[in-house]
Amino acid sequence: MRRLLLCLALSLSLPARPALAALDPTLVKQLADEDSDQKIAAVQKLTALADPAALPVLSALAADGLALAGDRVVIIDGERILDAATGAPVVPAPESTEPITVNNRVRRELTSALAALRLFDVDPKVRLDAAQKLASEATLETAPLLERALVRETDPKVKKLLTLAYGQSTLGSPDAAVRLKAVKALGASGSASVKNLLTPLLEERAEPDAGVRRAAKSSIASIDARLIAGDVIARVFSGLSLGTIFLLAALGLAITYGVMGVINMAHGELLMIGAYATYAVQGVFQRRFPVALDFYLVAAIPVAFVAAALVGVLLERTVIRFLYGRPLETLLATWGLSLFLIQAARMVFGAQNVEVANPSWMSGGIELIGGAVLPWNRIVIIAFSLGVLTLLWLVLNRTRLGLFVRAVTQNRAMAGCVGVPTGRVDALAFGLGAGIAGLGGVALSQISNVGPDMGQGYIVDSFMVVVLGGVGQLAGAAWAALGLGVAAKFLEGWAGAVIAKILVLVFIIIFIQKRPQGLFALKGRTVES
Amino acid sequence: MQKGRLGTVLAGAALALLAVGSARTAQAEETIKVGILHSLSGTMAISETALKDVALMTIDEINASGGVLGKKLEPVVVDPASNWPLFAEKARQLVTQDKVAVVFGCWTSVSRKSVLPVFKELNGLLFYPVQYEGEELEKNVFYTGAAPNQQAIPAVEYLMSKEGGGAKRFFLLGTDYVYPRTTNKILRAFLKSKGVAEKDIEEVYTPFGHSDYQTIVANIKKFAAGGKTAVISTINGDSNVPFYKELGNAGLKATDVPVVAFSVGEEELRGVDAKPLVGHLASWNYFMSLKNPVNSAFTAKYKAYAKAKGLANAEKVVTNDPMEATYVGIHMWKQAVEKAGTTEVDKVIAAVAGQTFKAPSGFTLTMDKTNHHLHKPVLIGEIRPDGQFNVVWKTKAPVRAQPWSPFIPGNESKQDL
Repeated sequence: MRRLLLCLALSLSLPARPALAALDPTLVKQLADEDSDQKIAAVQKLTALADPAALPVLSALAADGLALAGDRVVIIDGERILDAATGAPVVPAPESTEPITVNNRVRRELTSALAALRLFDVDPKVRLDAAQKLASEATLETAPLLERALVRETDPKVKKLLTLAYGQSTLGSPDAAVRLKAVKALGASGSASVKNLLTPLLEERAEPDAGVRRAAKSSIASIDARLIAGDVIARVFSGLSLGTIFLLAALGLAITYGVMGVINMAHGELLMIGAYATYAVQGVFQRRFPVALDFYLVAAIPVAFVAAALVGVLLERTVIRFLYGRPLETLLATWGLSLFLIQAARMVFGAQNVEVANPSWMSGGIELIGGAVLPWNRIVIIAFSLGVLTLLWLVLNRTRLGLFVRAVTQNRAMAGCVGVPTGRVDALAFGLGAGIAGLGGVALSQISNVGPDMGQGYIVDSFMVVVLGGVGQLAGAAWAALGLGVAAKFLEGWAGAVIAKILVLVFIIIFIQKRPQGLFALKGRTVES
Repeated sequence: MQKGRLGTVLAGAALALLAVGSARTAQAEETIKVGILHSLSGTMAISETALKDVALMTIDEINASGGVLGKKLEPVVVDPASNWPLFAEKARQLVTQDKVAVVFGCWTSVSRKSVLPVFKELNGLLFYPVQYEGEELEKNVFYTGAAPNQQAIPAVEYLMSKEGGGAKRFFLLGTDYVYPRTTNKILRAFLKSKGVAEKDIEEVYTPFGHSDYQTIVANIKKFAAGGKTAVISTINGDSNVPFYKELGNAGLKATDVPVVAFSVGEEELRGVDAKPLVGHLASWNYFMSLKNPVNSAFTAKYKAYAKAKGLANAEKVVTNDPMEATYVGIHMWKQAVEKAGTTEVDKVIAAVAGQTFKAPSGFTLTMDKTNHHLHKPVLIGEIRPDGQFNVVWKTKAPVRAQPWSPFIPGNESKQDL
């Protein structure tokens, strides 16, 4: 790698020469060699040519798009088959091709080589990616290349990264002044690996110059500050994210159990139905609207809501309504229903988990200081759950249905007397709770498994949230979910996942002993009390 | 006269009934019953349902080619529902009530441990098809999956090699139960013997069904800043999906921190978008993507079977390592019965030793003469975007199993059967 980048740097500093029309076929052929050493040698030679024709060949190799057709290396680009050496289409298309595979070692080499080639791309985004890649692997040999790129660079973001990479590459320079500059530049970094590079420089044995040692000390201090900040941000974020997942899983239950008092053991399965609805919508988009595949999730939201709500209303009308006020029977009946729903899903969709892919706009994440990454799917889920919470609050407090639901909850007989159709309100409220669970299922499909048993994992957490928050309280459920999420994440960082889970359960047991009504108790007079 | 006639008719009817009855018993004698003990519901259904399907397919295949000892095989399928004590109950039912000649079944080590006393007491015969932690050797069990030295240790050696990225630090991540704990104990001792320092090994466990890997992935990232790191994952079952999703979203690529898994195969990857996972590794004794005539026939047969039986997602079925092990196990049992000339357990056990079979892995596998484990090739594959594996390393020949790992103190004195 080092030699390769040096060659590249040298060749790029040569006066411009006409690009070669075709690549050396023997060199291209060498890419198909079984031996990784041979492959890597070929990659290095091709990169050193700095020939634009090498770029498509190497990127095809990195993307598993290079194949061997008899004796010839070809690029498979969708339907088209191109000769790798000349770039011309192969006519007639070869009958069979043998894909050329790369392993991690070759792939590593390839990404560095491609990054070096792309450092001079016209698109600043491509350059940013390239600079990011090189920043983690900069060495003294790459310094001239980085310097050239740095001089040319106009984009401030890319420039910042290149400065860091350049600093890293000149850290081993024999000139103390250059080293001092490098150490100072690296103070702007937020990466633990840069800190590890700087740490040895604190010692006199490794770093004879006292000025550089002092600079290293202050640079490390500023990196440390960023690392700590990044760590705290990452923990709070992951806690909030876990909390919103608890919230989405529990919100539906907050209505069916919290408001209506039905111990619904089949709640997890309503989540599962929402997730399978998402899977089904994804399937429809794959077959019918492949262009809009990235937006299947938006379409899945109403579908999942309706599917889960319908199942919920069906359950309420056929089973649960006969069991109001008999918690033990309700518990057993809904548990039976949950087994029934699991088996039904297993028969329709198979026992195996199904694949629900993150849309491309939900993949990846934002990188913050100190190496903290906020993944997009979690950011979207946090926003989504807050949206659902707001919507639900509005429905319960600002609509006629909400008014009826609250009335029936607080005093069923009186509400019936003044003409509220209590039976229909029950069915609608249960449907609403089930539909919200379906929405939870949409969100869960983006971070977790989608399978017949997926609901089982959330039922305990959901009850925990509702009980802790206080039965009958939406705000309680929200605070309980977020609190539990953040507490679980901080405990996990301190004691590991297994202990954290135990500690949370112990805390809830103690809390419920001391305060059975939960965080927020319903004030006022109800029939039951 | 009238009365006498009635008597004859009655006698005739009785005779006819008797004849039908004896015909039925005669027919029953013509089949050999074999038990299939895999969870078809509960958490393990994800993995075990496919093993039941492949077992039924293999039985069909054997019946189509004339059965065993001139008799057809009759599968008896029971569902222990991922419930460990129920495994023992169902095993007892298979051996005592259904009188099966052999049982193919179990996945988790805990289910195997649960049925062991039953097979020992009743002198039954079990073929166990899944990779496991070793530390066990029973007369009544044949192990067609890998022991640690046929899966875990070669994988770690590969990670330490130049080709595998030359890892210096190791993050051992597993689900909290016997298989990951024992495997990691062996690996820790192995790494130490290779000169890896204590501070370069981190061991982390999560509960079954854990679904939030944010903290752990952040910790892996931190750990990896200290030098070339590899993650060794013994996460089992469902939890793999959220783990890999988190890994992809946190931007940890296989080229930076490769993850090698021992319980992730083609079947598990069906539930994941594999594109962000390209390059992560798995170590097995078989991959569906292997190119050899035996494997092409095996996969084609299973696909045709899935379609014919209308299995869910029949057009997307995959084969994996435990399925191959099931297939090999049933065939080896058949060969042994033919060699012994009987299905009597003790004679079959003696006959299984030394059996060979041309397996879909492309190798001829041998059942060891003394330790009840298969000699298996070790293959290391990198995940491809389509959820299949590219084999990047393999042993030249099948490796003999070491059920008693030399890396666990106290095992020196333990013997083969």
